[in-house]
Amino acid sequence: MAEIHLQNLAHSYSPTPVGPEDYAIREMNHIWEQGGAYALLGPSGCGKSTLLNIISGLLSPSEGQVLFDSKVVNDLTPEKRNIAQVFQFPVVYDTMSVFDNLAFPLRNQGMAEAKVHSKVQEIAEVLDLQNLLGKKARNLSADEKQKVSMGRGLVRDDVSAILFDEPLTVIDPHLKWKLRRKLKQIHEQFNITMVYVTHDQLEASTFADKIAVMYGGQIVQFGTPRELFERPSHTFVGYFIGSPGMNLIEVQADAGGVRFAGTHLALSEVQQRQIAEKNYKKLQVGIRPEFIHVWDESTPDALQADVIHIEDLGTYKILTLNLDGAPLKVRLAEDKPVPEDRVSISFPAQWLMVYADDYLLEARP
Amino acid sequence: MNKVQNNKAWWLVLPVFLLVAFSAVIPMMTVVNYSVQDIFDQSSRYFVGADWYKQVLLDPRLHDSLLRQFIYSACVLLIEIPLGIAIALTMPTKGRWSSLVLIVMAIPLLIPWNVVGTIWQIFGRADIGLLGSSLNAIGINYNYAANTMDAWVTVLVMDVWHWTSLVALLCYSGLRAIPDVYYQAARIDRASAWAVFRHIQLPKMKSVLLIAVMLRFMDSFMIYTEPFVLTGGGPGNATTFLSQTLTQMAVGQFDLGPAAAFSLVYFLIILLVSWLFYTAMTHSDANR
Repeated sequence: MAEIHLQNLAHSYSPTPVGPEDYAIREMNHIWEQGGAYALLGPSGCGKSTLLNIISGLLSPSEGQVLFDSKVVNDLTPEKRNIAQVFQFPVVYDTMSVFDNLAFPLRNQGMAEAKVHSKVQEIAEVLDLQNLLGKKARNLSADEKQKVSMGRGLVRDDVSAILFDEPLTVIDPHLKWKLRRKLKQIHEQFNITMVYVTHDQLEASTFADKIAVMYGGQIVQFGTPRELFERPSHTFVGYFIGSPGMNLIEVQADAGGVRFAGTHLALSEVQQRQIAEKNYKKLQVGIRPEFIHVWDESTPDALQADVIHIEDLGTYKILTLNLDGAPLKVRLAEDKPVPEDRVSISFPAQWLMVYADDYLLEARP
Repeated sequence: MNKVQNNKAWWLVLPVFLLVAFSAVIPMMTVVNYSVQDIFDQSSRYFVGADWYKQVLLDPRLHDSLLRQFIYSACVLLIEIPLGIAIALTMPTKGRWSSLVLIVMAIPLLIPWNVVGTIWQIFGRADIGLLGSSLNAIGINYNYAANTMDAWVTVLVMDVWHWTSLVALLCYSGLRAIPDVYYQAARIDRASAWAVFRHIQLPKMKSVLLIAVMLRFMDSFMIYTEPFVLTGGGPGNATTFLSQTLTQMAVGQFDLGPAAAFSLVYFLIILLVSWLFYTAMTHSDANR
């Protein structure tokens, strides 16, 4: 068990990296605390698996350090780091039985056979594999193989951390949910640091206490699911989390706030000052579809938008609007009156985020 | 839907029948024909039943060469299969070196059989051959033309030189097909190098190994040209294998009847042993 500290870590697959685009992982500092359940969320190709392989020691980072409990482990092999990792596609030892598969990491450690037996039984019970213990691993279904694969990661309870690399990709949906619950239980029971890589926000938020969102080789935000939803610190987080994602409108600064086309949005003085501080290339405002206020009646001092499309999802409706040329998605509760072709909306100040060059301007007092 | 009831499909299958008939069945039937008759010329032919088979099966000369043949094939498999696996495991997997090694490995496979025989015939000569004279120069009395053991070793080494590449290349392709994630998982599980070989590489190589074993068995069991060029079957009969005995019988002595019977027995032995290998390797660990 360990706290994992990534210090000035960067990795490039090219031996002579020139610009930032040559890096799979751009310089980062990050701490995974002992005993936490974390998710690493991001689209494919953002460097999630690379980061995971660096933590486990399958890959050696080109720059920076990995520390386990403040001990540098850069040069230690995965076996010395004592880490367990579960891969996206099931890896089982075909010629061995399920029992032997689960016992394999323990036997390699030189554990006494009696103890191996009880550990394997314990983990087989957790994963519902008792009936399959005598079966050859080769003859299992994809689900079962992945359970065995996970079992091999979970069977050692002395590990520093368990890393999951999209472990439920091949599992069918109803079992996915069950296995995720199992993982959560195991986490609560053994209190092992777990890092779970996924590109599915639902999977991330049901498993993890804190989520690290990765984009372009960087961790752009690290926080609870709620923080990611309410205050995305990067436009990518806003767009990636939530369904539909955050509305982002490109704007220019003007007196008292920002404007796009003929629409003026007032901002707080702090925000105005922050915008003026630096010469940003790109300014955007962002607001979640859930937080846009829709007036029941036409209200003259609100913003006026055209209704393009209405999608009824049963428990709520998604309106697609056109606000002065900017497309907007709005989530409308089922009991609200449905607007015809014009609608009055407003953006509550507390939910209106301003992004300068893709990063949130924190409204510091 | 109405089922069309006619026999048109037979016309579509006919070409295959013809092809198989002319390429396999008819030639084989002529051999069967010879094996049950004593033929002097077109007009005088006598049906002899199983006589030729009895004669062939009781012939001590054939027993000897059959025994030699089995020992030879066993040696070939016991040396070439493990050696081929070992070479495949040490071959570089990427970069310029891997292409170079692949090319070098493929060279022996491209040399015609009788050229291989000639190369080794000269290479091994005690008077002018690099190998033969070097061995004698360092005090090892080596002469494949006179000494049975030397002849055997030379024929075996020649076969190993010629064909181990095939096994190695097959195994190499099998090894390349193993996804990296298996090796990564093994490292995470702290598997020893032996365990990686035993539980990952060997099972994944099984299908190519089956092909390698079958090919090397069949080829070595039918070997003719190389020992014929190298030793001519000698010294004495020490390296006379089945196909050479057969040739002597059919072409040298013109005993077509016994030779035909013998050919069929030879064919059946190869078929039987190949089937045994196949069954043993595909059902070795039947599903549980």
